[in-house]
Amino acid sequence: MDIELPNNIILTKLEPFFRWALSHSIYMFPFGTACCGMELIAVNAARYDLMRFGVIPRSTPRQADLMTVAGTITEKMAPLVKRLYEQMATPKYVIAIGSCAISGGPYHYDTYSVVKGVDKIIQVDVYIPGCPPRPEAIIHGFMELQEKVRKGK
Amino acid sequence: MIKTEELYLNVGPQHPSTHGVLRVIVKLDGERIVEAKPDIGYLHRNFEKICESRTYTQVIPFTDRLDYPSSMVNNLAYSMTVEKLAGITVPKRAEYIRVIVAELNRIASHLLSFGASGMDAGAFTIFLYCFREREFIVDLFEMLCGARLTYNYLRFGGVSQDLPEGFIEKTKEFCNYFKPKIDEYEDFLLNNYIYSQRAKNVGILKKENALSYGASGPVLRACGVKYDLRKDEPYSVYNEFDFDIPVGKNGDCWDRAKVRLEEMRQSVRIIEQALETIPDGEYLNSQVPRLLKPPVGDVYHHIESPRGELGFYIVSDGSSRPYRIKARSPAFSNLSIIPLISPGLLIADLIIIIGSLDPCFGEIDR
Repeated sequence: MDIELPNNIILTKLEPFFRWALSHSIYMFPFGTACCGMELIAVNAARYDLMRFGVIPRSTPRQADLMTVAGTITEKMAPLVKRLYEQMATPKYVIAIGSCAISGGPYHYDTYSVVKGVDKIIQVDVYIPGCPPRPEAIIHGFMELQEKVRKGK
Repeated sequence: MIKTEELYLNVGPQHPSTHGVLRVIVKLDGERIVEAKPDIGYLHRNFEKICESRTYTQVIPFTDRLDYPSSMVNNLAYSMTVEKLAGITVPKRAEYIRVIVAELNRIASHLLSFGASGMDAGAFTIFLYCFREREFIVDLFEMLCGARLTYNYLRFGGVSQDLPEGFIEKTKEFCNYFKPKIDEYEDFLLNNYIYSQRAKNVGILKKENALSYGASGPVLRACGVKYDLRKDEPYSVYNEFDFDIPVGKNGDCWDRAKVRLEEMRQSVRIIEQALETIPDGEYLNSQVPRLLKPPVGDVYHHIESPRGELGFYIVSDGSSRPYRIKARSPAFSNLSIIPLISPGLLIADLIIIIGSLDPCFGEIDR
């Protein structure tokens, strides 16, 4: 390739380009069940404004690239979580927000109805610990996911 | 009129405007609701069973996660019930701190509910404005105990730590900043023509139905019943403050939002009075043992949470762990009126009704 290129042309492969584009325009399916859902709302609201990272909330899994599981998942909810995940189109990513979604959190012991971690049901890409995590921690989790998307799964 | 085949539709459990994980099974005739049946239990975390294997102090963090928009009030209800059971006295300063944090949390909870009810009707601006003010309160709580949402601040016989330096000044600053904002919200949402049309005369709850279904809080007061435990059975130091109980007229969704707005005004009044008259002294009763063993017996105590009458029933067998804890959650009773008020309305009105009842599934499913 000895052709001289003008400065406004960049050569790249198609796949990294798509991944780069996706990482800056993640359509999020906010699935908040409990307390962590409140912090997820706070992240989307006035002060923290998650939309500046290109994360746009969509109410249906069929339009989403990312599912954020925020809150406790119970045995009654588990089949529905799986079904919602399966409705998403690939490439799809999952963020588990809060201790309950990671391991059952405070409801891990002496309980009969709580699923001990959403990764028992679906594959999780990024875990954000905390009970509930601070909005800054949630934003950091989203940035980690962007990095992961850029690198490829 | 054309008669169409009736259709069953599931609203939820994953739905952006059910405020959590509510599922409503709706029978539809066209767009009209024939029957609506709420299905709960998607967040059943067996709080009551877990408490039986925890000590009395270890239960406090679990009460945080019951009604998470107003954790302080849940802490207060549980702590006061145990104090009543064990006969613990609370220093005067601690009582004042408790009232201040409970009222601040009531404002935070009502802001969330008010903003979300606007968002359900399509008004996104009011939601962002309400959250801006809510962040101010959350900052105050962070100053107080380091947590943004689940505070774990109250202890038996007081609070875990004294007010930090500058808290009183900052809270006063908040009150002055917040008072004009309430009028702004009234103009933004309640006097908004679109919202009035959507919420007025929708989901009308009659006074006698509200009483027989056990509704409480803003839902009951919107029907015109002047019932507030802060006035009717004054707990803590509420009888020392001067405040009004706002009531509505029709019991529709607009009235419920209006009552919440007025309650925010009254809460600011209470906080201002409490900040002026807060006494010095101890913030925690130092006589309370680390491992509390209340005498054998049972006790019920209820207080006014932002959602209504929140009660705890505790049975003690004399050991360090409670034998049984039962929580009476206001949102559960409030939610049970959905099958009563929704038939005949449009499906879009159901969303407004759910928003106006302000359910919180942490305490409904427990």
